[in-house]
Amino acid sequence: MSTEFIGLAVLMFAATYPSRAVGLLVPGIHRLPRPALDYLQLVGPAVLSAIGAVAVLVRVPEDGAPTFGVGVDSIAVLVALLITTWRRNLLFGIVAAVAIAVIARAVGLG
Amino acid sequence: MADAGVEAGAAADAHPSGGIRAARRQTILDGIGIIVTAAGFGFVYGLAAREDAGFSPVEVVAMSTLVFAGAAQFAAVGYIAAGLAWPGVVILTALLNARHILYSASIAPWFAGRSLPLRAIAAHLLTDEAYALSMAHFRRTGRADLWGYWFAAIAVTFIPWNLATLAGVVVGGSIPEPEQFGIDVIFPAAMLGLAVGLITGRREIVAAVVGAGVGVGVSLALGTAVGIIAGGVIGPAVGMLVPERIAREEAPLGSTPSAERYSMPGTRLGRTRRPDDAMPEPPDSSSEAPEP
Repeated sequence: MSTEFIGLAVLMFAATYPSRAVGLLVPGIHRLPRPALDYLQLVGPAVLSAIGAVAVLVRVPEDGAPTFGVGVDSIAVLVALLITTWRRNLLFGIVAAVAIAVIARAVGLG
Repeated sequence: MADAGVEAGAAADAHPSGGIRAARRQTILDGIGIIVTAAGFGFVYGLAAREDAGFSPVEVVAMSTLVFAGAAQFAAVGYIAAGLAWPGVVILTALLNARHILYSASIAPWFAGRSLPLRAIAAHLLTDEAYALSMAHFRRTGRADLWGYWFAAIAVTFIPWNLATLAGVVVGGSIPEPEQFGIDVIFPAAMLGLAVGLITGRREIVAAVVGAGVGVGVSLALGTAVGIIAGGVIGPAVGMLVPERIAREEAPLGSTPSAERYSMPGTRLGRTRRPDDAMPEPPDSSSEAPEP
């Protein structure tokens, strides 16, 4: 069983814990400049949407340059995005995406 | 501080017969919904970690116990699938989890006078869900009833999350053709859904759209690892160009509405303050009763 990523988990812990602890352990040190706080607020949406968009719109062949591509998975994820936005429920969106992908592939699409 | 006293009175009015026990019952009820969602999401994470990044069960357990941050763990799956080197993963994790600075600062006054080891342990368990649920509990009780924090952090979040992620990675490893079951779409759907949960104003919308566009564009030119970093760095910078007067910010980071929207889309915990209260105050020391 692979254990390679345990080291990464330790490093990610080291990168996360200070953010969680700084306010509780060192009162007063949290007062970052306003622009820094504003920037931090925007990091999450930007990073997560970049990851999601790249995952469904960029195809990476084993031997070649990345290409743009739209398929069943892209449509399923788009529907999930719309449902999540509408219902404010992530699990509904994921279930819908999975259902669309399964049905589309079962009938030979994608 | 005077406001906190009023709040304590309001909490007592809300629970005239049961007092703190009634408040705890309400926190348990609120927590049940979060347990279900956290377990479902944890299971999905386990599946994605297995399918997209090839994590083994022990690696997923390490991630869920040590990192214990759903969005960052999910994002790490994407980084690894994109071939990003570990230093890049760590830097992006730090950025993504930096919002905890505000949660930590916000909740710290409720831990005033507690021992250093206790606060150090509490810090590791501080998540969006624990913050949202325990702050609602503190507001109901009007005092630092830390039972609410431990319940929210351990019973509602830590245990369900870890059990569910383990179940997900074990089940994921036993599925021969994951694409036939649509498992490959779980990860991108979860990423974009989490991004939606973070959008609380026009700046976030701009950051998300630009982040996605830059991410895809740069990925096509320079590779996906570079693309994700570029989207994550440039998106917020462009989002900050939206003037504050038209940003229509509804839930600033560090507020309970922000935690609710980030962690559990659809969850609305017992709020007693305006949504724009970013840093709620703890109760007056005079109104604080001893721990039961």
